[in-house]
Amino acid sequence: MADISSNFLGIKSPNPFWLASAPPTDKEINVTRAFEAGWGGVVWKTLGEDPPVVNVNGPRYSTLMSQDRRVIGLNNIELITDRPLMQNLEEIRRVKRAWPDRAMIVSLMVPCVEESWKRILPMVEDVGADGIELNFGCPHGMSERGMGAAVGQVPEYIQMVTEWCKHYSKMPVIVKLTPNITDVRLAARAAKRGGADAVSLINTINSIMGVDLESMVMHPSTGGWGSHGGYCGPAVKPIALNMVGEIARDAETAGLPISGIGGITTWRDAAEYIALGCGTVQVCTAAMVYGFKIVEDMCDGLSNFMDAHGYKTIDDFRGKAVPTVKDWKQLNLKHIDKAVIDQDSCIQCGRCHVVCEDTSHQAIFYKKGENGERKFEINEAECVGCNLCVSICPVPDTISMRTLAVGEVDARTGITVTGEYGNWTTHPNNPQCLTPAEA
Amino acid sequence: MESTANRACGVHAARLNLVEYAVNFSDSHAPLTKPQALIEAERCYYCYDAPCATACPTSIDIPSFIQRIAQGNDRGAARAILEANPLGGMCARVCPTEVLCEQACVRNTNEDKPVEIGALQRYATDALFDNPGAPLFTRSASTGKRIAVVGAGPAGLACAHGLAMRGNDVVLFDAHPKLGGLNEYGLATYKTTNGFAQKEIDWLLSIGGISVRCNQRLGRDMTVDSLLAGYDAVFLGLGLSGVNAIGIAEPQADGLRNAVDFIAELRQAGSFSDIPVGRRVVVIGGGMTAVDAAVQATKLGAEDVTIVYRRGASAMSASTVEQRWAQTHGVKIKHWSAPKEILSENGKVSGVRFAMTTQRADGGITETDEQFTINADMVLKAIGQTYTADHAGGKIELKGGRIATDEDGHTSVARVWAGGDCRVGGRDLTVEAVEHGKVAAQSIHAALNAA
Repeated sequence: MADISSNFLGIKSPNPFWLASAPPTDKEINVTRAFEAGWGGVVWKTLGEDPPVVNVNGPRYSTLMSQDRRVIGLNNIELITDRPLMQNLEEIRRVKRAWPDRAMIVSLMVPCVEESWKRILPMVEDVGADGIELNFGCPHGMSERGMGAAVGQVPEYIQMVTEWCKHYSKMPVIVKLTPNITDVRLAARAAKRGGADAVSLINTINSIMGVDLESMVMHPSTGGWGSHGGYCGPAVKPIALNMVGEIARDAETAGLPISGIGGITTWRDAAEYIALGCGTVQVCTAAMVYGFKIVEDMCDGLSNFMDAHGYKTIDDFRGKAVPTVKDWKQLNLKHIDKAVIDQDSCIQCGRCHVVCEDTSHQAIFYKKGENGERKFEINEAECVGCNLCVSICPVPDTISMRTLAVGEVDARTGITVTGEYGNWTTHPNNPQCLTPAEA
Repeated sequence: MESTANRACGVHAARLNLVEYAVNFSDSHAPLTKPQALIEAERCYYCYDAPCATACPTSIDIPSFIQRIAQGNDRGAARAILEANPLGGMCARVCPTEVLCEQACVRNTNEDKPVEIGALQRYATDALFDNPGAPLFTRSASTGKRIAVVGAGPAGLACAHGLAMRGNDVVLFDAHPKLGGLNEYGLATYKTTNGFAQKEIDWLLSIGGISVRCNQRLGRDMTVDSLLAGYDAVFLGLGLSGVNAIGIAEPQADGLRNAVDFIAELRQAGSFSDIPVGRRVVVIGGGMTAVDAAVQATKLGAEDVTIVYRRGASAMSASTVEQRWAQTHGVKIKHWSAPKEILSENGKVSGVRFAMTTQRADGGITETDEQFTINADMVLKAIGQTYTADHAGGKIELKGGRIATDEDGHTSVARVWAGGDCRVGGRDLTVEAVEHGKVAAQSIHAALNAA
């Protein structure tokens, strides 16, 4: 059996699945239920200074559903904890004592004033927290008060606050990054310069879920007015994975520990984040959609995956996919793929044909037999290997891509595959083409 | 390639050609393909305190195992199934899911189409048995305790597995040459093809700590007392070895048989063409056994097969799905008719005379004056089985003709537990027998290893 325990910045947990700082981690009762269900750790919902913030008494959440009514996105306009600081601290102390083997990270957001951080850090340390997470990412409500995303969008502020935390506390510092930013690497570099032990990302994305067309009111609304909320869930996973990958492969931040957040619903999602360099993963939406029990399926799946691939610990495959993330200009222009339709499992829906015909390369033949039987076949003379048909086919594994072997001729271009590597930087069409000597 | 069956009257083997037998007795329901399994698994809502799991006698965590299939974690799915039900593979094939988990599925509310839990369960367990990998379950440290499990049907097997897993040593006795009980001898052939019953038992025994003694009959080769003297505890999973009489004179005539014997003979047949079947067959009864016998008679080439039952369709213990299965396989079901006389000529069955029945206000059945005869050269009796008490001796308290136990399966005799169909108060389901065995194992282990 694989060992799925994690040691992140010296913080040990029986598995890498932490609950992200969010409504599920706001109270002792919830966190206790989470630990009973088997979660490896939690990031306690963000603490702030008293008096506590006040939430709206109306809809705070709203979801985007796919056609089969599965939640693929969740938006929220919650703030940081709306309970008194001391109450939260007492509960954190109790829960950590009752569950010493679980990770207890405390999320913090106080004004951008040294005094505020100096005051709160010893209190958190005193209750036995394993580490802190700086919430520089909350996109709504708090940023309007000069905290959250407002800080996270200014690298100098990130560095300054991180430095304060490292100065006034011995706890490991994780900086949570906002995705509402042009280049996440700048924020990660600033965190590292400030002495951060790790970054966690992504926080939520600014979003409006919709508009009620009957009343012409944005949705959801609090008594007729709404505000943008933070978006998370499966739909944001690709955005988060990209940002994680960018930080993992950036020369300045390579090796900086990362806690991955964004749409993790299954063991597979978690394994992908780990493969891109994450030491732990944080989950919120999946728990808010299905309840805490899902962690069992996540642990079981991760463990079976690791057994199947001979990985004994998480570190055995952590970051294994990072070297495969490159700039576009590095991709091999001499590699050729063609789509293949498995006729045995094709259900003849014709969607591949129409999207290729309408929006791509007219590379899928539609043949009607004498008795009306339908057949869809790839026309390799037109197929550019764009993967659209593979991506939209409703039947698993029916359309796939095959790579042309060395010596095969590309029916579209007439070029014979040589197996050589050549990218845009050396391509004759590139006005800034490097000579082989320069390349 | 359909040909005409041999329509000779009387009871004859080889009515069909070998190809037809192979087709007729192949897997009754094709297993789900991977795409089918994924699409079906993604229909599950992952309910909280899921009604399907509540409806399952073994309380399999159905939402979890289905989720794991959807996530490509087939091994984890099998683990979730088998830790609750070590015979989850057979149950996936034979459970009347339409009245258990699938009836409880919340998808029925708006769609009348539950998630196909049984088919998904088979998909996950098949995947494991096809590729067992490392053991799913390992034994705890030895307790030094020895338990005799008598009867290697679903209850005994589940009990043996549960005890062995907890570090106890088990000796598993069965009166038959093969293990499995009903799984091996009492189910229609097309429900468990390709030697699945034995494959599952091989996996179950692979946990270790279970020694097998076949051809050992309680009351003949050993007694409850002798077992109590040699073992720390005894579990009785004796099943129902007796067959109910039909309550009318039964002439000594060829062609009159117990349906259970007919089914067992089919399961053990080297070749289906060796099994004789009538041209016209009457099956008396209304349960799963009646259906299994009748459908297999048609599959052997019988021309007219009629199930005759003394009450209406809703009173039949065969589920609606099973009844439909029979009707779509050429079996006619005749209700409200009770047998009056088995007719025979020259020592061979020639038919059955029935009286029409009606239901009284008190729910009872009254025979009317109206009578009819169905010509038949084979008559199969399938009106239920009974517990044979004399094997286990008279010390064990009975209730309604079966063994009385508490919730954990403990009988009136110290250190003796019982479960499965021989225990009173069940619905005679495989999955229930598994639960009895599982719970008894927990109870026996706790009783023997109390600190």
